[in-house]
Amino acid sequence: MQPSESPLALDVNRVDYSYGAYIALQNLSLSIESGQIFALLGPNGSGKTTLFRLIGTLSPLQSGDIFVFGQSVRHQQGLVRGLLGVVFQAPSLDAKLTVLENIQCQAALYGLSGSTLRNRIAEVTKQMGITDRLNSLTGQLSGGLKRRVELAKGILHRPRLLLLDEPSTGLDPASRLDLWHALTRLRDLSGTTIVLTTHLLDEADKADRIAIMHAGQTVAVGRPQVLRQELGGQILSIQTDAPEVVTQWLADRQLEAQAIGNQLRVTGPMTVSILEQLTASFGTRLQSLTLGQPSLEDVFIARTGHQFWSHHEPE
Amino acid sequence: MSNILETELATSSSGSPLGATWMLAYREWIRFFRQRNRVIGALGQPIIFWLLFGTGMHSSFRSGNQDFMTYYLPGTLALIVLFTAIFTTISIIEDRREGFLQNVLVAPVPRWTIAAGKILGGGAIAWAQAIMFLLLALIFQGVPSASNLFGLLLLLALTSLALTAMGVFFAWPMESTQGFHAIMNLVLMPLWLLSGAFFPIPLTTASDSIGQWIMHWIMRLNPLSYSIAGLRHMLGATPVAEFWMPGLGTSWLVSIIFFGAMVLAAWRMVVRPQPGV
Repeated sequence: MQPSESPLALDVNRVDYSYGAYIALQNLSLSIESGQIFALLGPNGSGKTTLFRLIGTLSPLQSGDIFVFGQSVRHQQGLVRGLLGVVFQAPSLDAKLTVLENIQCQAALYGLSGSTLRNRIAEVTKQMGITDRLNSLTGQLSGGLKRRVELAKGILHRPRLLLLDEPSTGLDPASRLDLWHALTRLRDLSGTTIVLTTHLLDEADKADRIAIMHAGQTVAVGRPQVLRQELGGQILSIQTDAPEVVTQWLADRQLEAQAIGNQLRVTGPMTVSILEQLTASFGTRLQSLTLGQPSLEDVFIARTGHQFWSHHEPE
Repeated sequence: MSNILETELATSSSGSPLGATWMLAYREWIRFFRQRNRVIGALGQPIIFWLLFGTGMHSSFRSGNQDFMTYYLPGTLALIVLFTAIFTTISIIEDRREGFLQNVLVAPVPRWTIAAGKILGGGAIAWAQAIMFLLLALIFQGVPSASNLFGLLLLLALTSLALTAMGVFFAWPMESTQGFHAIMNLVLMPLWLLSGAFFPIPLTTASDSIGQWIMHWIMRLNPLSYSIAGLRHMLGATPVAEFWMPGLGTSWLVSIIFFGAMVLAAWRMVVRPQPGV
């Protein structure tokens, strides 16, 4: 396939966005190829939702541009909206309407009717496993089922790019797994590109590619496995009440530790014997000691110098 | 493979504005009648007022050929329309708080479809409620011989659409239903009270105080006064010398202009660019 025949599913080009003095996005560029599940991972306040709103044409661009399959969000809003399926974090279902009525509402917004609509309804409700719920009021459905109806609505018009804002919020683990199955099926069967935002590390790990966001910028983009491997073999994490002493001890052994509060993180080639040596030298001054494969949390910490969870205010 | 992808790349769904408008209007209709308390709220209170005031003030009020129950009939119709318009447009605020409105805003249909759907849907509900009451009242009271039922229904439809459009105009920028209640108390209820719905508009004389003079003109400049007068004419009322009442032609003209202005205001409010929707 020639590159000109397959423009990027999403091309974010030097986008800035600020709410008054607060800078939400800072010169952000990002490209996403079609046919992928792409996760935007970041803590609250990292700019994911702002980016999401800009792609979804809900907020006007302040600078830069975003292209969805080559169509400019700035200049081709109508076309972009037709290419997008959007599932918001806030439920968009009308609780007073039945599942079928909600889907019909969506169909009218996207110009679907007649036999096409009947086929699509049959298709998406089967895909989402809600065929037997068509006549239930959506207000009476469980959280997981509601999410599936949202998803059915989102893919009804066969969008080329499906945007999902925090799709797992409020779902129990089983429903999450369910949702993820539905998403991978969608990618494999229809070639839909899926871009989702998440603050859940294990969820991002399941995506084809991810972008880690921090303070309105991407700090890492790539396949999750690759990002983890880039950190080096293993990661040693030490919780101690004497970080300075331990850091010095590590430095004597040519190991550089990154300190975040009372936690020390060491990357690089290490063997299990270091655990014994540390325990022998510091004993009870260590609260916890783990050696493992780097996680996406470690990637985030390595790139930003911040904890993923305790992080609130970007500088 | 590449061919399939190419054709698929070219497809961007495009909504039909009319289909979307119709569906949004239909949605209002289903929602309203599924919430029984809303039906009761919008219809019940005006009817109770009509019965209470109508019987209570029976002996103390007379306007030309009409007793108070007959006089107050157009006002009750307008109140039903006004309440229904308020109830249906207040849902814009709920739609915004939930994600429904966002969902419509990202769809490939122009924004005016939202306003059009609300106005048509809400207007139709208000109209239907008013007709229900009108039928009851006419059965109860007997149809006045000079009445023009067709004109009555048409003017009621126009008023329903105009007031719903006004509701859209006020509700669109609101973030809370409390704000809308303030508008309701400060604007919508006075609009109704000072329209000749409840008491006739007195003529000014040289001996009147400034206050009476101002009141007269407020009522005279209130567009709803003309809708009420139009309804009253078509229910067979005869003009009374001591009260001011516009002619039927003027009533129609002002009602049509009012309708146009409200639809325009709602339309402009909805399509106005907004950073924080």
